Amino acid sequence: MRALVSAVYLFLYAPIALVVLFSFNAGRNASEFTGFSTQWYGKALSNGFLTDALINSLIIAFTSATLAAVFGTMAALGMERLSPRARAVFDGLFAAAIVVPGVVIGIATLVALVEVFAFINPVLASLWPGERPPKIGLGYGSIIAAHGLFSMALVTMIVKARISSLGRDIVEASGDLYATPLTTFRQIVLPQILPSILAGFLLAFTFSFDDFIVAFFVAGSKTTLPMYVFASIRRGVTPEINAIATLVLVASLVMIVVARVLMRERKAKTAATE
Amino acid sequence: MPLAPATKRNLVTSALVAPAAAWLFVFLVLPFIAILVFAFGERAPEGGYQAAFTFAQFANLGSRAAAFRNTMMIAPVGAFLCLIVAYPVAYFLAVKASPKYRLVLVSLVVVPFWTSLLVRTYAWMYILGSRGLPNLLDMVGISDVRMLNTPGAVLLGIVYGYLPLMIMPIYVSLEKLDLRLLEASADLGAKPLSTFFGITLPLSLPGVMTGTALVTILLLGEYLIPQLLGGGKVFFIGNALVDLFLQSRNWPFGSAIAVTLVAVVVLVLLVAMRIAWRFAGTRQVDLV
Repeated sequence: MRALVSAVYLFLYAPIALVVLFSFNAGRNASEFTGFSTQWYGKALSNGFLTDALINSLIIAFTSATLAAVFGTMAALGMERLSPRARAVFDGLFAAAIVVPGVVIGIATLVALVEVFAFINPVLASLWPGERPPKIGLGYGSIIAAHGLFSMALVTMIVKARISSLGRDIVEASGDLYATPLTTFRQIVLPQILPSILAGFLLAFTFSFDDFIVAFFVAGSKTTLPMYVFASIRRGVTPEINAIATLVLVASLVMIVVARVLMRERKAKTAATE
Repeated sequence: MPLAPATKRNLVTSALVAPAAAWLFVFLVLPFIAILVFAFGERAPEGGYQAAFTFAQFANLGSRAAAFRNTMMIAPVGAFLCLIVAYPVAYFLAVKASPKYRLVLVSLVVVPFWTSLLVRTYAWMYILGSRGLPNLLDMVGISDVRMLNTPGAVLLGIVYGYLPLMIMPIYVSLEKLDLRLLEASADLGAKPLSTFFGITLPLSLPGVMTGTALVTILLLGEYLIPQLLGGGKVFFIGNALVDLFLQSRNWPFGSAIAVTLVAVVVLVLLVAMRIAWRFAGTRQVDLV
């Protein structure tokens, strides 16, 4: 049993380790490690297309995760106060946002936005006082919107789970002691749900940073990092891709580990108070 | 005039859920209505969409039968293989692992799921590609082995990519298992195997169901794994969709396929929930 489980862990980590190892390979050969070198990292980071894609990805991930954290938390707090029927509608829509395949979300968003733009742009042009009216199209906004959908569902799910395990008595006690609802929220509720919000933010950031398929459809002329990696892979496997892949791995690893620690602390605290 | 408390409460509630509601409507409901409308339309001569009301796109689904067939066969098989590999790991983590290391071991399973699927799939492209394993085999005299761009490679990528998602729900259901039941079973003379099939497995079925349903549903919409490891030879519905939208620009037909894919996903979900309910039902009856 132990041997079998060890084999599965090896299976999970060996391929990743191999990519990391060969990103430090001095030679170009994929099957022979000829010496240690960081030259591929240098090559990767001096590649303008790559750094542009990286910056795009960071902007999109940060913005969509922030919107998701704020609106998702608000939704989780608000849903508590809704009628059961309205709550069921929200639950269903959030579940759909998670379950509907990314490829369908990407296509549907593309189709809808193209139609909306085709309607808005002429209107905008006729209303615009100047010579060259602005034209809205696909780009940062559409990727952020599409990523925000999944991320909001994710944050709402995580924060809602936390709220449902929150002690009601302490909130009531705060009210009995004449705290305003806002004070109760700031001093009692927020500190308790903050780790979950942060964890949700980090998971949302990681999702957006790693997503390929949704961005692939709605990116317009922008390129995100996974789109760049995908395009490079299709041109052929090179040590430079190993270096980029390692950087992507490390970035998401840091995020997910911090997110898990935050969610653990919350669990430990709950266990302690119980 | 101050607002009545009930009105104020409703206002606050509306303000809290309004942004998410708007988001869900504009970026989920509206897009879905759009592809539904497109699916009944016609392809404009220059690509894109032309208004119409026809079932022609749905009637034409047969021309992409291969993509549907591949997806419907490989996704469940992949989920099943995942389950076979995942169960022993989940069992070990929940029952056998020492509590001291359990947290770390569980984290080590979860973490890969949140790292880039693209990079993890690329790792296998690297290993299975001509300069990877086949090259090593060539050195020991076994030549001309092709691993990449085969159904086997796609299945391997699936098990690799979705294993964490299968392990977690099974682990959670096994973690709740009362170990005293296993002891009691052993004390009453049951062999380990009959304890497993009589107690452990039935009690972990909700986790098995959740994991299998989750993995199957996500696999139905998979694009990256068949694209990178199947190399256009083993393609899924997702690959057909990308092709239709970005290459041949046949949006109405693509929309019809997308709508069908969502219908299949919903169907699988309903069947899974149905079965899960039945299990929940019998368990309650047993308790009474």
